Amino acid sequence: MKADLPEGLFEALLFSAEGPIPRERFLELLQEEEIPPEEAEGILDGFLERFPRRVDGGTIVVEVAGGYQLCTRPELHDWIRRLRTRKETIRLSRAAMETLAIVAYKQPVITPEIERIRGVRSGPVLRTLMERGLIRVLGRMDVPGKPLMYGTTEQFLLHFGLRDLASLPTLTEIQDLYGADEIAQVGGDDAPPALSE
Amino acid sequence: MTEEAYQVNLEGFEGPLDLLLHLIRESKVDIYDIPISRITEQYLRYLDLMRELNLDVAGEFLVMAATLTMIKSRTLLPDPEPEGEEEEDPRDRLVRQLLDYERFRQAAEGLGELKATRALLWERGGDAAPESTEYEVESTLFDLIGAFQELLERADAGEFHQVAVSRMSIQEKMTEVMDRLSQLPRQRLEGLAGVCRNRSEVVVLFLAILELVRVHAIRIRQRRTLGRIWVVRSVQEESDEG
Repeated sequence: MKADLPEGLFEALLFSAEGPIPRERFLELLQEEEIPPEEAEGILDGFLERFPRRVDGGTIVVEVAGGYQLCTRPELHDWIRRLRTRKETIRLSRAAMETLAIVAYKQPVITPEIERIRGVRSGPVLRTLMERGLIRVLGRMDVPGKPLMYGTTEQFLLHFGLRDLASLPTLTEIQDLYGADEIAQVGGDDAPPALSE
Repeated sequence: MTEEAYQVNLEGFEGPLDLLLHLIRESKVDIYDIPISRITEQYLRYLDLMRELNLDVAGEFLVMAATLTMIKSRTLLPDPEPEGEEEEDPRDRLVRQLLDYERFRQAAEGLGELKATRALLWERGGDAAPESTEYEVESTLFDLIGAFQELLERADAGEFHQVAVSRMSIQEKMTEVMDRLSQLPRQRLEGLAGVCRNRSEVVVLFLAILELVRVHAIRIRQRRTLGRIWVVRSVQEESDEG
């Protein structure tokens, strides 16, 4: 069956789209060619496995925001940035990054909870994050006052190169107050989080 | 611009927890055994400094000051009923809050690293940069003023030879600058100033350049801070390394 598919098909499909293409879309396309599901999965995985190993290729496929996206190789970054201007660079202040981290890990989360953790008013920062499209309102919490609940967007996943929320780096556990001799000092280890794996 | 951008933070402290963590780290004390008197004292000193600098001390900082003072007084008081059940250390709540905050601060750093990693990958779309910006920074107004100060001094020295005083309008100067840039789209500021015959013409050139920048007809660039100033015509092909 594989022979029926034209050479360079997946690369071309990926190239044709700017954003990520969900895995299901690929499988659908293959199934329209009457390729059975398991075989379709195999063909796609075979491509994903082979593609980054090409010796002369300048692009890779990354899994981001629930789909596959064609991107340039990281080693080529210095060359590409000389040619290109970023479409939109989202610069975030430390306050914004802190708030975004709380929303990302605790969603759905309400403003009072964010403010409890940060110890400062967070309304304006939340608004900024909304404007940048990184967070959104998920609904209202069913408690008195019906506060808004916030969560992250697909734009957030794209911007931070995450496949999904589950691939966020693990949050350091709060140490048991008296059972953490080895972590007497705050901020000791900051091992870099694994990239969406 | 967001409100955030105008928020003044003393040494970049985001809030009372941030300041407290900083103090704890700076004095290298164990977060599980905070010397509360010492830290409270340091904390209050910071607040004083903030007031002295006329910074708006946000309410949250004051609430924390009250909390610290209260914890301090409770630790100083002798326990009235030593045989009572094991009482919670008055510092515990604060320590838990600090640790929780610290955890998310680390998470924020983690996100920052993810962002940096992702920024190395480029997806399709977007245009090629119209000109090479790689080695250049946009000059600030201060750079420009500095450069003109030098030019004026030079003009002063040369004015001695000046006979005829010509008056050129800003409008005329703008046209002249654009004319010259149409021949060579990227020129050194001193070069453009070279034709100025006297001090007032340098001033007119300065105003003309400011106006041209304002209407986005030109850009003022430097390879590095305090470097030589280049005047670049806005819409043009990338000129090479030069």
